[in-house]
Amino acid sequence: MSDREGSGSARSHYWQANLGWLALLLGAWFVVSLGCGILWRDWLDDNFPKVGTAPFGFWMAQQGSIISFVLILIAYDRIMARLDAKFNKEEAAK
Amino acid sequence: MSQDTWNFLFIGLSFAVYIGIAVRSRAASTKEYYTAGGGVSPLANGMATAADWMSAATFISMAGLIAKSGYDGSRFLMGWTGGFVLLTVLMVPFLRKFGKATVPDFIGDRYYSNAARAVAVICAIFICLTYIMGQMRGVGIVFSQLFGLDIWQGVMIGGAIVFFYAGLGGMKGITYTQVAQYTVMAFSYTIPAVFIAIALTHNFIPQLGFIGDYTAGENAVPFLEKLNNINTELGFSTYTDGSLSRLDMFCITAALMCGTAGLPHVIVRFFTVKNVKAVRRSACWTLTFIAVIYLTAPTIGAFARVNLLEELQDKPYAEKPEWFGQFEETGQMTWKDENKDGKIQHFGPAEIAKGNKNELNFKPDIMVMANPHMAGLPKWVIGLLMAGCIAAALSTAAGLLLVLSTSISHDLMKKIVKPDLTDKEEIKWARIASLGSLSVAIYFGINPPAEFIAKTVAFAFGLAASSFFPTLVMGIFSKRVNKQGAIAGMACGIIFTASYIVYFQFLGGTKDQYFFASDGSGGISPEGIGFVGMILNFAVTIIVSHLTPAPPKEVVELVEQVREPQAEGVTQDAVGH
Repeated sequence: MSDREGSGSARSHYWQANLGWLALLLGAWFVVSLGCGILWRDWLDDNFPKVGTAPFGFWMAQQGSIISFVLILIAYDRIMARLDAKFNKEEAAK
Repeated sequence: MSQDTWNFLFIGLSFAVYIGIAVRSRAASTKEYYTAGGGVSPLANGMATAADWMSAATFISMAGLIAKSGYDGSRFLMGWTGGFVLLTVLMVPFLRKFGKATVPDFIGDRYYSNAARAVAVICAIFICLTYIMGQMRGVGIVFSQLFGLDIWQGVMIGGAIVFFYAGLGGMKGITYTQVAQYTVMAFSYTIPAVFIAIALTHNFIPQLGFIGDYTAGENAVPFLEKLNNINTELGFSTYTDGSLSRLDMFCITAALMCGTAGLPHVIVRFFTVKNVKAVRRSACWTLTFIAVIYLTAPTIGAFARVNLLEELQDKPYAEKPEWFGQFEETGQMTWKDENKDGKIQHFGPAEIAKGNKNELNFKPDIMVMANPHMAGLPKWVIGLLMAGCIAAALSTAAGLLLVLSTSISHDLMKKIVKPDLTDKEEIKWARIASLGSLSVAIYFGINPPAEFIAKTVAFAFGLAASSFFPTLVMGIFSKRVNKQGAIAGMACGIIFTASYIVYFQFLGGTKDQYFFASDGSGGISPEGIGFVGMILNFAVTIIVSHLTPAPPKEVVELVEQVREPQAEGVTQDAVGH
């Protein structure tokens, strides 16, 4: 910890990157659930192809959103692992 | 073998397993009591968290509520699973990095104030008590169903079992029993669904049958269309459309999501794994396990509704199926021959308005409970289902009880009242506290304040959304938020939400007094008010924080450390002594 300034800015880069990914993932989270499942569901029911025999918006509300949530968390796990690795490497190099 | 023998066999076996595990993994230190020692694998913790998460309400009532309300029921599906995403990306990795055992601990340190800690303890106790009542009620219902006991006797038995392994075993005992409980729940929930899917849709995957064709009639028709037709014929709103206003639906779902993310008993589960990386991995597992049940619930609800109404509508009462009588005995289904034709008729609002009288009433809970009976499934499936119901209620009750007892022993006694408490005395306090809170839970389990289990639970989420969620999120994502802001925000949020709920539930408030009721959108029901309470909490916290001095330097440093998984300085020890 001799180079406090350097570690401080690596810290803030790490945090900025973290926040960026968070915004993206939470955006996806909002779109698949509150968005597709509630706010735009009528429009989606009318204009999107059916999933099997189920209207699209309805299917998103009862099934699709949950499947998407699992995918979002898997993506989060991967992204954060990569981010950690990248920034640890930088720190170790200093 | 008779049904009773199967029930006894499955429940007896599962209990033997739980108690065996609990005795083997009895907690010896506070660290084991609060966090199972901190070395649980992500997979095991994922299963345990899923069991903790899925309450009796989820297991017993959710499918029935969805069956009854169709599209409207999606609020539970999206709310409870979507909240888990919030919890994972906004909170648990950071709280785990912080490394203390409880949520009030974080709030107390982050907001450098015992007053904030005390407010957090009170909120935690309040939320957990509301939530645990529903669980005890669930246990009571299952036992009364099974052994012909009164509900209060069932509640007492369930309470005794939970105390035995949660009070004694602490987090360590609970974690490993919950792994076993999840297994029982997953099998007992999905097996009946598979059988019914085959019977109704010729598809052995329920989720595909749900979006496939109904094949039990003369011609194959899309399953959901069949369900819509049944609903319209009987005067209910279309299954795939529902009847809640969009505003209310949005608020309730959002409140459930944020409330989920503020539930202390789920957050503490992640203190049991090794490090931040394991927390993220564990969260993936948890949601995957939860999804297995949540993707099945809407299919069970829909199948059961079709099955039930096809089987009973316009059938002579004298030829009623055997299971009908069984559920009549426990008062979960009732029939009154209004038009004296000796036949069973079930009607919704539109037909009732035309002068037809509804004769058949049933509680949503029976959709899961009666499903295997209706589909004529083998007796062992029913026995397994009963064991699953009990596992669901016990696992959640145990997790809640642990938070209640640690809130009192650790956050209240050790941190506020008597800091020189030894490890041993602290565990003793935890056990006393769990007995005390259990007694309260049992009382309210016998005399529940709201009609359905899931409804009681929905309120707990509203309270969590309006108190913990904003305070925790801002504690991590803002360096400027200070103690004055946090305390004011939490207090305003929870008081506002609780008053709204109490006013409309207990003091006779009517629907036209709902917020926004006048502008034609239908207003916000007490179920959804937590969302408004949450926004209020955010607003109050930010405004008050900016009017008062910034938090001290150590706290800013603490926040920076919490944000970074590998940083040194914050104790890696799971329990700070």
